[in-house]
Amino acid sequence: MKLILNEEELYLKETAKNFAENSTPVNHFRSLRDNDDPQLWSEDIWKEMVALGWSSILIPEEYGGSDFGLTGICAILQECGKTLAPSPLFATGVLGAYALTHFGNDAQKSEYLPKIASGDITTAVAVDESNHHNPSLTETSAVQDGENFILNGKKTLVVDGASADIIIVLARTSGNPGENTGLTMFLVDKKDLEIKKLSMADSRNYANIYLDNVTVSKNNILGDIEAGGDSMDSLLDVGRIAMAAEMLGSTEAAFETTLNYLKERKQFGVEIGSFQALQHRAAQMFCEIELTKSAVMGATKGADENSNDLQRLASLSKSIAGDTFHLVSNESVQMHGGIGVTDEYDIGFYLKRARVCEQIFGSSNFHKERYANLSGF
Amino acid sequence: MTDLNQFREETKQWLDENCPPTMRKDAKGIKPKHIDEVWGGRNAKYKNPETKIWLDKLGEKGWTMPTVPSEYGGGGLSKEETKILQEEMMAIGTNSPLLSFGIWMLAPVLLEYGNEEQKREHLPRIIKGEIRWCQGYSEPGSGSDLASLATKAEDMGDHYLVNGQKVWTSYADKADWIFALVRTGPKEPKHDGISFLLIDMKTAGVSTKPITLISGKSPFCETFFDDVKVPKENLIGDLNRGWTIAKALLQHERKFISSFGLAGAGNGSGSSKKDLIGLAKSHYGETDGKIANDFFRAEVANHKIKEHAFGLTLQRAGDEGGKASAVASMFKYYGTEHNKERHELMIAASGKAGVAWDGNEFDESEKNLTKSWLRTKGNSIEGGTSEVQLNVISKRVLGLPS
Ligand SMILES: Cc1cc2nc3c(=O)[nH]c(=O)nc-3n(C[C@H](O)[C@H](O)[C@H](O)COP(=O)(O)OP(=O)(O)OC[C@H]3O[C@@H](n4cnc5c(N)ncnc54)[C@H](O)[C@@H]3O)c2cc1C
Repeated sequence: MKLILNEEELYLKETAKNFAENSTPVNHFRSLRDNDDPQLWSEDIWKEMVALGWSSILIPEEYGGSDFGLTGICAILQECGKTLAPSPLFATGVLGAYALTHFGNDAQKSEYLPKIASGDITTAVAVDESNHHNPSLTETSAVQDGENFILNGKKTLVVDGASADIIIVLARTSGNPGENTGLTMFLVDKKDLEIKKLSMADSRNYANIYLDNVTVSKNNILGDIEAGGDSMDSLLDVGRIAMAAEMLGSTEAAFETTLNYLKERKQFGVEIGSFQALQHRAAQMFCEIELTKSAVMGATKGADENSNDLQRLASLSKSIAGDTFHLVSNESVQMHGGIGVTDEYDIGFYLKRARVCEQIFGSSNFHKERYANLSGF
Repeated sequence: MTDLNQFREETKQWLDENCPPTMRKDAKGIKPKHIDEVWGGRNAKYKNPETKIWLDKLGEKGWTMPTVPSEYGGGGLSKEETKILQEEMMAIGTNSPLLSFGIWMLAPVLLEYGNEEQKREHLPRIIKGEIRWCQGYSEPGSGSDLASLATKAEDMGDHYLVNGQKVWTSYADKADWIFALVRTGPKEPKHDGISFLLIDMKTAGVSTKPITLISGKSPFCETFFDDVKVPKENLIGDLNRGWTIAKALLQHERKFISSFGLAGAGNGSGSSKKDLIGLAKSHYGETDGKIANDFFRAEVANHKIKEHAFGLTLQRAGDEGGKASAVASMFKYYGTEHNKERHELMIAASGKAGVAWDGNEFDESEKNLTKSWLRTKGNSIEGGTSEVQLNVISKRVLGLPS
């Protein structure tokens, strides 16, 4: 396993960098927020991303994709993270594409993958049910009724839940909360769901989803029945790695903005970046960011090369990305002084984004505990 | 490709014929316990005579520094061949027994800055472990501000006359030669009056005095130079241009010290009773395979995650081809702080036994751990303190103003 980008991946990264800087600078996000955009991501921008082939990176060639691998799409997400570019890329291009490719049957793949690739549908994954991520605690029930299942329950903080056409719902077909067995994934159409849009600190698209006697055909089971716990776990691992990549990009951007400020702002007649108290904290952040880059790269390459240590690498990258974004977002605000806590200045966006991202698919603490379990201590 | 395969076969055969039995894994695959860690030199002592045989064999081949050209006593191997050599040595569970400042620090700068005679004179003896080197940088008044050093070398026509004092000179009392920074340009700006000089410790006027450390050991000394005559051919590089060499050598030193960050880290699952997790499980107990103290377990998890990411970072730096100085400072800072943290956690895991000092109520590994813990406190001081590394990162990597 080599921890460097190959030529294809470098090309994707370079394209994404240009795109993010030119088409989705932070002001793009700001205007969506200021205009109370109902979707909080732009259809036009998404169309451009689709045209660049980003929605199909994880999709096999026979279904209209390019099959470039997780490292490729994560390089893109990292660049999008830098300018806080909102788009369905994470929930659709990563989660939906991966879930259907790996767990869909032939009919499901033929039905959905070309539509994901072409940008005709977007997807979301509904897993959490309470304020803390813990898939094994799933209570949402799916009870068989002839050819159908009847689903009841509630899902929280579903990323892109307020816009997705197809939602992958994790539900319990047997067993009790606390058990990772007896879980099944279902493909559910948004029109069958009661969707409540959430307003979160980072002004992105999230929803709580209510399932009230929702009838789902057994043809819409994704993957094997009762095997949803493990399938969801590997889907989540891919999501965790992708989220870590996006968080890394945001962290790098917050850090760079702060470094520029340290070199430009003067107090006591000198640049504030000449104060050693700030220099050492900046140097420490640099080290943490370098470690985070390595963890994310190790995880994306691990996924692409079928590492048997992928679960640990996923928890490693999500926990480190969470801790580093946490640190850097706090320090960035502090090092900007008063301007850092104004809405007018962008740095606060990164702080708010950091805390929400930390909650998605498991906080740093969740992943440290999981890492310890997987490591045998 | 076939050349490399042939090299592998020849290497295997050579190792098989020449590596003594106590220097490699036994039939059960158990790693050798008998490789003494030897520092070589004129007064080297060997507990196991096979260590000496092994070192001599490796030295003849130049395989203690495989990539150094063979005219300087090195192995003359390509990168690919070196990798094969390492793999084959690992396969039989052996390694070079030689620990050496010469290899880690001096040889790389001799290769870069030494003249032909100097390379032919000194490199083979470093590679064979015949001469043990020490490092004469720090002085009582010049630590972090190394460039303020005062030990002076005056040009006496046919030799330099050296007077002054070095301090914290590791193993000066055991070393044969010292590479020293001396002031040759007292009127020049401080960085432009320093030269890099090699001095035989046997020369009249050189004396050393050991200093006892908090660990109870005394591996380092004060080193005094009192009218010491040094031949002019012992100057490396140009007169008054020693600072460049001094800094280059520090990069090699830092790279080496940062490897402590992972040394002895174990594979993470407590496979050894003496690694962090093994200690935690044996002293706190286990429930369902987990360290039975939740708070401690969380600290271990934090530490292990950092360690994993640090290891990946070393790997990535290698894959990227290593962007020298910035990376060296980061690794020195992070690696040594991490090593200190691991030792803090290991003594905490051991509880009372973690602070054992002497006597028969504690076993050797417990008493050694206390000493190792104390030794790690020097890691973030030697070779440039953590604060100095952070200064380097902020100025040279991040471009922050002075
Ligand atoms: C185990 C060990 C082995 C050693 N071996 C050798 C050897 O073989 N040869 C050799 O020449 N030397 C050796 N040294 C010496 C070592 O290089 C020095 O101790 C080191 O450079 C620090 O210098 P100092 O001790 O004078 O501390 P000082 O420079 O006086 O530092 C004291 C404190 O002030 C801080 N400080 C100083 N300057 C700054 C600054 N600009 N910004 C922020 N903080 C600052 C330091 O970080 C430190 O915390 C060894 C040291 C140790 C601990």
